[in-house]
Amino acid sequence: MGAALTRSAQWTAAGHGARALETTPLNEAILKEIIVFVESFICKHPQEADYVFVEPLEWKTRLDPSAFGLGHVVSETTVKSEEADKNGQPLLFLSVPEIKVRSFGQLSRVLYIAQNTKLEEAQACIEANRNPIAKILGLDYNMIKEINEDSSVLTILDKITKDGDPESEIKMKIALLLKQLDLHLHNRSLKNISLEIRLNPGTVKNDIELLKRSSGKGEKTVLESIEYTSDYEFSNGCRAPPWRQIQGEICYVLVKPHDADALCITCSKEGVFLNGGKTDDEGEINYERKGEIYKDLVTLLREKSAVFSENMSQQDVRFNGEQQKEEDQPDEAPEEEAAALRKASAAFRRSALERKQISLGRSQLTKRLEPSLNWKTTVDAKGKSSRRDTQEEKRGGRLEKSRPSTSPGKAQLIRKSAEKIEEIISESSSESEEDEEPPDHLQEANTDLPSEYWQIQKLVKYLKGGNQTATVIALCCMQDFNLAQETCQLAIRDVGGLEVLINLLETDEVKCMIGSLKILKEISHNPQIRRNIVDLGGLPVMVNILDSPHKSLKCLAAETIANVAKFRRAWRAVRRHGGITKLVALLDCRQHATEPAERSLYEAHDGEVARCGALALWSCSKSYANKEAIRRAGGIPLLAQLLKTSHENMLIPVVGTLQECASEENYRAAIKAERIIENLVKKLNSENKQLQKHCAMAIYQCAEDEETRELVRLHGGLRALASLLSNADNKERLAAVTGAAWKCSTSKENVTKFREHKAIEALVGLLTDQPEEVLVSTVGALGECCREPEGRVTVRKRGGVQPLVDLLVGTNRALLVNVTKAIGACAVEPESMMIIDHLDGVRLLWSLLKNPHPDVKASAAWALCPCIQNAKDAGEMVRSFVGGLELVVNLLKSDNKEVLASVCAAITNIAKDQENLAVITDHGVVPLLSKLANTNDDTLRRHLAEAISRCCMWGRNRVAFGEHKVVAPLVRYLKSNDTNVHRATAQALYQLSEDADNCITMHENGAVKLLLHMVGSPDQDLQEAAAGCIANIRRLALATEKARYN
Amino acid sequence: MNRKKLQKLTDSLTKNCKHFNKLEVKCLINLFYNLVGDVTERQGLVVGLDRNAFRNILHVTFGMTDDMIMDRVFRAFDKDNDGCITVSEWVYGLSVFLRGTLEEKMKYCFDVFDLNGDGFISKEEMFHMLKNSLLKQPSEEDPGEGIKDLVEITLKKMDHDHDGKLSFADYEQAVREETLLLEAFGPCLPDPKSQKEFEAQVFKDPNEFNEV
Repeated sequence: MGAALTRSAQWTAAGHGARALETTPLNEAILKEIIVFVESFICKHPQEADYVFVEPLEWKTRLDPSAFGLGHVVSETTVKSEEADKNGQPLLFLSVPEIKVRSFGQLSRVLYIAQNTKLEEAQACIEANRNPIAKILGLDYNMIKEINEDSSVLTILDKITKDGDPESEIKMKIALLLKQLDLHLHNRSLKNISLEIRLNPGTVKNDIELLKRSSGKGEKTVLESIEYTSDYEFSNGCRAPPWRQIQGEICYVLVKPHDADALCITCSKEGVFLNGGKTDDEGEINYERKGEIYKDLVTLLREKSAVFSENMSQQDVRFNGEQQKEEDQPDEAPEEEAAALRKASAAFRRSALERKQISLGRSQLTKRLEPSLNWKTTVDAKGKSSRRDTQEEKRGGRLEKSRPSTSPGKAQLIRKSAEKIEEIISESSSESEEDEEPPDHLQEANTDLPSEYWQIQKLVKYLKGGNQTATVIALCCMQDFNLAQETCQLAIRDVGGLEVLINLLETDEVKCMIGSLKILKEISHNPQIRRNIVDLGGLPVMVNILDSPHKSLKCLAAETIANVAKFRRAWRAVRRHGGITKLVALLDCRQHATEPAERSLYEAHDGEVARCGALALWSCSKSYANKEAIRRAGGIPLLAQLLKTSHENMLIPVVGTLQECASEENYRAAIKAERIIENLVKKLNSENKQLQKHCAMAIYQCAEDEETRELVRLHGGLRALASLLSNADNKERLAAVTGAAWKCSTSKENVTKFREHKAIEALVGLLTDQPEEVLVSTVGALGECCREPEGRVTVRKRGGVQPLVDLLVGTNRALLVNVTKAIGACAVEPESMMIIDHLDGVRLLWSLLKNPHPDVKASAAWALCPCIQNAKDAGEMVRSFVGGLELVVNLLKSDNKEVLASVCAAITNIAKDQENLAVITDHGVVPLLSKLANTNDDTLRRHLAEAISRCCMWGRNRVAFGEHKVVAPLVRYLKSNDTNVHRATAQALYQLSEDADNCITMHENGAVKLLLHMVGSPDQDLQEAAAGCIANIRRLALATEKARYN
Repeated sequence: MNRKKLQKLTDSLTKNCKHFNKLEVKCLINLFYNLVGDVTERQGLVVGLDRNAFRNILHVTFGMTDDMIMDRVFRAFDKDNDGCITVSEWVYGLSVFLRGTLEEKMKYCFDVFDLNGDGFISKEEMFHMLKNSLLKQPSEEDPGEGIKDLVEITLKKMDHDHDGKLSFADYEQAVREETLLLEAFGPCLPDPKSQKEFEAQVFKDPNEFNEV
């Protein structure tokens, strides 16, 4: 547990005393694992659960002494467990808020008592006890582990056999269990981490160190020399000056290969590339990038130096060999020992078995770590770096000391901040999601190669060594292979065909270029080939071809770009080489209208050119910067123009591009301005399902805008959407259509139209047996429709309430938000409310208040308001939820404004029942509400004021609010611009003014003048409340005067 | 040549040629006589371009280099096989050469590649035409091996009836599947660039020629 915690868990930056665990998914996962471990401990290992820790685990708990029951001696502020150790010390001792626990049994009991706050308790415990193992087992156990992890188990075993003490036996079992847990956590976090790592200073440094070791004079070395340009290393492991580090650059190295001039190389987070070299006069480095980006140093050097690549492959073997040896040794020893031990002592059979399991887990782990020093060019950069990191960590203290700069927490921090910066300067976040560069697998050298491999190899040979005629023949023959098949794709690459094909593009032999592009177009369906093409600099060449006078060339180039540009690096390459502008130019059919009618042999239609251009733009339009570039190049009017055609194969990429781009605000504006909506709506009526899907998606994106929604209605889009809703065959299309319906239904007029077209009935029909994305939109649309009384009636009559309530038990966050909203809307109608009540929907809603996501909590709380208003015996119902009222009151501690506002609204409704008001008062609603008073958020202010005015109705709450200083901030609310806030505040003040002290405070804070103003408001409730409040203040003044003169 | 005769010649050639308009035909005729030189027409003697003059044009204007192919192109132009290209052969030949439809070009190319004119492109003919198409690799013992293999794979791709030689039907089918194979055994059509230059130069200003 300890190792995983120190190494994998993400701690906040050190600095102020105790460090805290960051709330990251990784940490949460680790904590949950630990909780499961501890909770199940008492059942799985009852004997060990009684073991008394050497030192207690201490932390500050939020648990109330009253929560402890059986088996504990409870007093006002302390709790002692009845269980005690040999010396009579209790195993659990709580003196608010400190808690000390000395056994696993008690620990799991504490977690059991904590219920919902388990996670917090576990976190607090681990934060306070940075080395739990030392505390549990004693310092010596921990030390042993730190010094030599591999043999620790043995040492412990030795010790035990000498002692023969039963306590040590238990101790050892616990140690083993903890170790198992540790490994388990390691494995988990490894999975998490390996997903996110890219090049980092540690990896780069490692690479350079290893290269250094195998450099020098002589034939067998890989390089003549490799040197950093700067000796100074920053604390984060980078050597680049800080202003370059912002660009993600890590360090610069001067490399002298055997067979080439010295290279000056920049290692950056993005990858490795040649820079402008050192300028002679000042020794300054020209940071400008001069070559392609490679994913690591070795790949770049392989490319630049033949000798390096040759010698490297020999080194490979050696490195791997060494690696193997290193790993074999520790694993063999325990195996032998284990055998000996089994013979020696039957008593230890069980533990030995367990230990074997551990070593099994270990070897699995190490196996996964194995390729860390593997230099194969094809190992994925991400995977490699992560593995290498963990490898280092595994080896323990020694290595870490020599390499202080790469403690994982820090490295991660650097990575994070750098990533943030990078995000800001270059790409939108949406890109990184899709930037999944799949790992490469090189074909095993000795496996049986298919016959295609040899045939392709021969053809590539002719490509390389043939003149134009032979090249064309070879290209044509290559097309006869099944290029959709991965073996052929990889064969072309592995025999060096890609380089030749890309080279051919740089000639001016039209026929060769066409032939080459035809092949590239096919094989670029393979993700690995795409990456290789980008690595070989294929994109700039193809972008240049877009300028060619030959249309068929343009088409092929654009289509190939469309296939290649499926990941971030490619998008960027296309943009940086001016590809977006050229692609946009392809869309313009009109400019060619004057060309002669007859076409030479290799020409294509203008329409075809535009289609290919649109295809390429569609691929490229997944990044923010590219979307911008398309807009700036004038792509939107051209796309609008193309949208008027009726060719489906043209329309799909056009609408696809628009749909991608519509995620940007200024696109939506342009789409509106270019009257694109009209055409999108028209195409909804087409026959092609894919086209319909993209149109609906585009409408979904654009319909955030009020005017657009109106346009959709005016052009008859709602009818089309409604009719598509009733066709549920194609799930993707259905998701898009329901999405569009959802967004469109935000406008009232649209809801009316939808009702006319029987869309609500169709939507209700979609509530069952649909994928989640359909459900989210469907429920969202129903929620909007139910805001109208007619809509609610339809939903109820069609039996929509039941499936909605059923959906409340789901886990999808977006779905829960929409479902709660829809149920809230239904609950406004008493008949629907009866159904909801009957189905126990309120209880389900209530339990969603425990959902970890604040938006779900808030939405559930909002939905509860109409439920409480409209339910029969609402008070009784609310009381029937055990712990429900306490839960609601505790939500006032949230720090999410929306949650707070919604909970205030719920409390307003709950407090209408006197008995419930009494209960929530007991749960401390008054101080909690008072604490919120200092807010500037008008929604929160309004609902808070309403809640306060309701809560005033009980006992001495009025006085209590005054004591908690709620009056002064409330008076300030009167200066807000929102009349809703005014009304609620005036009512609250009116209630509070029943108490004399509050009147004084109000008067002191200048409430009278503000309230006088409100008396003149057209809002009657506001008038009345303001007047009542003033009357109370005045009455008090009169009374005092009277008292004074009498 | 007098104006009347020229007019008549232009008219008759225009009638027989679908790819050029009258003006273009006129320009080509003018070009032809410019190239032939000022030979006064005599009875019985055919006025025309001989093999060398024509090859020279192919080489200089259209950048062709392969002697054998150029010879074959000459033979394709020279319909009556008299070793001399007359003005009508010139105009007709160029109409296919520059503006031919795919069908015409296929016929023309097949004629060019069918070295012995027997209606088939045999393996030997292919070998002959491709023999210089591969760089000699130092590692290979027999440079002919590569060519032979290349011929085999070409045949495999194009010989649809598997009779070991290419008939016109084989060739036509292969080209229709993949237009790139039109000039499979060597460039015998103008590349787009030189074609453009030639047309721009020749059809530039018809009035200019009228005055000549």
